[in-house]
Amino acid sequence: MADLDIRDLHVQVEEKVILKGVNLQLSAGEIHAIMGPNGSGKSTLANVLMGNPFYQVTSGEVFYKGEDLLAMAPDERARKGLFIAFQYPVSITGVTMASFLRAAVSARRGYKQELMPVSEFQKLLRSKIEALKIDPEVPGRYVNDGFSGGEKKRAEILQMALLEPQIAFMDETDSGLDIDSVKVVADSILRMYDEARGGMGVLVITHYSRILQFLRPHHVHIMYDGRIVVSGGPELAEELEQHGYEGIRQQFEVVASEVQEEGAVRRAGKVFWVVH
Amino acid sequence: MAPTNPLGIDLDHYEWGFRDPEKYVFKARKGLDREIVEMISSMKGEPEWMRAFRLHSLEHFFRRPLPTWGADLTQIDFNDIYYYLKPTDGKGHTWEDVPEGIKRTFDRLGIPEAEKKYLAGVGAQYESESVYHNLKEEWEKLGVIFLDTDSALREHPDIVREYLGTVVPPEDNKLAALNSAVWSGGSFIYVPAGVKVDIPLQAYFRINAEKAGQFERTMIICEPGSYVHYVEGCTAPIYTTDLLHSAVVEIIVKEGARCRYTTIQNWSTNTYNLVTKRAVAYRDATMEWVDGNIGSKVTMKYPSVYMVEPGAKAEILSVVFAGKGQYQDPGAKVVHAAPHTQSSVVSKSIAKDGGRAGYRGLVKVYPGAVGSKCAVRCDALILDDRSRSDTYPYMEIDEMDASVTHEATVSKVSDEQLFYLMSRGIRADEAMNMIVRGFIEPIVKELPLEYAVELNRLIAMEMEGSVG
Repeated sequence: MADLDIRDLHVQVEEKVILKGVNLQLSAGEIHAIMGPNGSGKSTLANVLMGNPFYQVTSGEVFYKGEDLLAMAPDERARKGLFIAFQYPVSITGVTMASFLRAAVSARRGYKQELMPVSEFQKLLRSKIEALKIDPEVPGRYVNDGFSGGEKKRAEILQMALLEPQIAFMDETDSGLDIDSVKVVADSILRMYDEARGGMGVLVITHYSRILQFLRPHHVHIMYDGRIVVSGGPELAEELEQHGYEGIRQQFEVVASEVQEEGAVRRAGKVFWVVH
Repeated sequence: MAPTNPLGIDLDHYEWGFRDPEKYVFKARKGLDREIVEMISSMKGEPEWMRAFRLHSLEHFFRRPLPTWGADLTQIDFNDIYYYLKPTDGKGHTWEDVPEGIKRTFDRLGIPEAEKKYLAGVGAQYESESVYHNLKEEWEKLGVIFLDTDSALREHPDIVREYLGTVVPPEDNKLAALNSAVWSGGSFIYVPAGVKVDIPLQAYFRINAEKAGQFERTMIICEPGSYVHYVEGCTAPIYTTDLLHSAVVEIIVKEGARCRYTTIQNWSTNTYNLVTKRAVAYRDATMEWVDGNIGSKVTMKYPSVYMVEPGAKAEILSVVFAGKGQYQDPGAKVVHAAPHTQSSVVSKSIAKDGGRAGYRGLVKVYPGAVGSKCAVRCDALILDDRSRSDTYPYMEIDEMDASVTHEATVSKVSDEQLFYLMSRGIRADEAMNMIVRGFIEPIVKELPLEYAVELNRLIAMEMEGSVG
């Protein structure tokens, strides 16, 4: 069984149905990408997996290492090794990044009443800040308060580096960044992935293929209208790159409508797409 | 022993609700009349002018009605209160001299530890008389006076007489009249011209006897160019009947001087805390009030600054927490009575479990106070649907050439913020704590370190069980 096993997940917000039966298996050591147009449900999936109370799961199951993930509160999920890099991280004024990060790392590392000793934490924080080339002023600032778009994304990466997740969801971490910044972020993710030596799985959610050129995911999935309609290897991202998103939208729709009837392995262009 | 609890307040959670057996050298009968006031004055061996001041004040107290705005004060029975208790004979000057029972109380409040690290002088008021006072020698050499007010009256009667009642006259309000009639203890600080006291002067206040009112009178006089930071922290043990705390604080900040007055108030949740605090700031002087209110059943307290000469400045920072059964009605008053005076008021209120917290403030700009500036900011954080926040910002601006701004926000802890923190492994209750701490951080960062720690800890205690 995969570390993360998503089975026929249906999700809605109030009356609006967003996920209409998502199936996905992901394990540590794997890099997956989910692509899809705006509104297809990619971000919803990442938020639901992390336990965002805004969304209601109406049916389906998710298992994490054999346990019922949907029964866990967000903080428990995080302590067990799940992580989400948010697309729009919220700011919390008055709370410094340093005190927030210390509380988070302490929770992840199993400290109960006390926090991780300051000196140990500072050493860890300094090393990650240097490695990720983050502004050393950041720990003294309030959580995401007054951060530029790029600073917020880098701060999310810093949190990921500190928390050493087993499965990380990257929710459009590349959006709003210029190409150089995308490369920096991708390099950081890859370094963490390499350092984890097979201990970390990554699910990259993106609208664009450019970050995937750096990340070279093992598996690429395309989400459309609340479902993963096709899955394939890295070449699927290249296919998208060549044809452009709009160019193959119609093809998705064709495939998606046929799936309803048949469910099969289909040929589209040069690539075999596994149709769910 | 489980106390009866008419308010339904969770007394078990009041950490400092312990109490020592009462040991008093003298305890006056309950009630308030001329005889009691004269007895207080004669027990203290006061000069005739002070006796007259008290009696004059008492008459005004009887004449003056209770305020009809704010919290309901009609439940206070002024005749069911002891107005004077003298706990021990004389005062200790070193820790060793302090009686054991009182020491135990202070030990539990952590006073000696605090003193070792930070305190320059401790004036700890136990009941109506200070029992312990210690002032670092170097400041005595500089001419700084830091005494309980009774001792100051004996040792420096001329200074006390010159300033007493000049900032808060007995006629100011009913509670100020009451305090003026029956006051006991409090701190007296005199800082000579040009002297800067760089370590905060601190005092702990504590009510220990059932139905003992606490009516301390505090005076601070900053001569030109001087600086002092006075810090008081209040805790009171739990009793089953309502306690009354009614202090008067008068501060005079002369030309170019600066005074900061910091209070962390954690009276038990059956205490009426009705305090008149006022400062007068002269040319280019700065007065700063930092006021934290966590405890009490009712707090009505509006630290004020009268800026009476050009260039005077006022800063008032207030943080207030109202839990179950609490009505916190703090605020601020800034009076611009001279040109180019500046004031800033920041108020942060938190309400939870049906508590009511708010801000009541007055900005007054007199004609001719040209170029004056005032900025008021009130932020309220409401933690559940049963709680309430009110803002009453009164403004009387009689000068066109003045800039007055008022900003107010009311917010709830957002689910997005909670989810963000929890998604990093932080438990729900700690996440809520963290957001609340962040909310009051602008005030907390102004506090001396150990008070900042204490305030955060008190808030964390109050927050227990706030996340289902």
